Amino acid sequence: MSMKSSTRQVDGVTIVDLSGRITLGEGSIVLRETVRDLLSKGQKKILLNLGDVNYIDSSGIGELVSAFTTAKNQGGELKLLNLTKKVHDLLQITKLYTVFDVKDDETTAVKSFTK
Amino acid sequence: MGIALTFASPTGKLSIRPSNTIGQYNGPGVNVASEAKADSRTVRSMSADRVSYTLDSTLETVNNAEETAGRMAAEAGFDDEEIMKISMAVREAAVNAVLHGNAYDPSKKVTIAFERTAHDLVISIRDQGKGLDASKIPDPLAPDNLMKTSGRGIFLIRSFMDVVEIHPSQTGTELRMIKHVHGNPADSKEAPQ
Repeated sequence: MSMKSSTRQVDGVTIVDLSGRITLGEGSIVLRETVRDLLSKGQKKILLNLGDVNYIDSSGIGELVSAFTTAKNQGGELKLLNLTKKVHDLLQITKLYTVFDVKDDETTAVKSFTK
Repeated sequence: MGIALTFASPTGKLSIRPSNTIGQYNGPGVNVASEAKADSRTVRSMSADRVSYTLDSTLETVNNAEETAGRMAAEAGFDDEEIMKISMAVREAAVNAVLHGNAYDPSKKVTIAFERTAHDLVISIRDQGKGLDASKIPDPLAPDNLMKTSGRGIFLIRSFMDVVEIHPSQTGTELRMIKHVHGNPADSKEAPQ
């Protein structure tokens, strides 16, 4: 039920591998704290790998929006990688798909960040 | 887990399927009671299955409601995508009831009822809050609201269910939602020739 998060560095980009559920409670909190922690350490190029996120609710959507806005307001960039169909569909119906920079290939995604 | 639950057995006219039993729906503070009022206006037919749960205003209630909805939807013959939509709609409605309606108040309860009719899965969720004014819910797709971090719950419920009714009152809000059962093999077998 819970969500797991781990980070790795690739060419100056912090890739956050998330797995599980981003929902009200633990999942949303893990995401929020992970992004805040990265930004506070000056790691402002963030790629959220959602390939193993099998479920997200409205609270989780709100948390993604919050993460995106927080990163942007601090001069950073936050992009999404490997959306599952469920998450893709949710971002489509909430009209957020075009707001986020969504990638489906890690190498291309890493290269797309501002140097 | 392992908390003893109370279970009021039906008065006779309605049957509760085994999967609705308390063993698959337990947790602290969970009180399960089957509703079997033959004169209940919400019961559309005598063959319908109806079960209701009275639950604490906790996050665990939200998760339990979602899990139960998924199970009910599977039993009703919905496919995986529809099951996900139904369980998510119920999750969002439960979040509204627990957070916005009852505001985690331990003295306030959330009542969730599932009813299976020949053609529909009917789910109602009632809280004991101040009453939700649906007309004041902002459109989350409006450009000014697109980047807000909340306010998408009712929108998602309406997106996923066929009928959504919000009945606010001074004693709380009831959100009633219906998903039509399409091409359920079980139904076609039972249909009269």
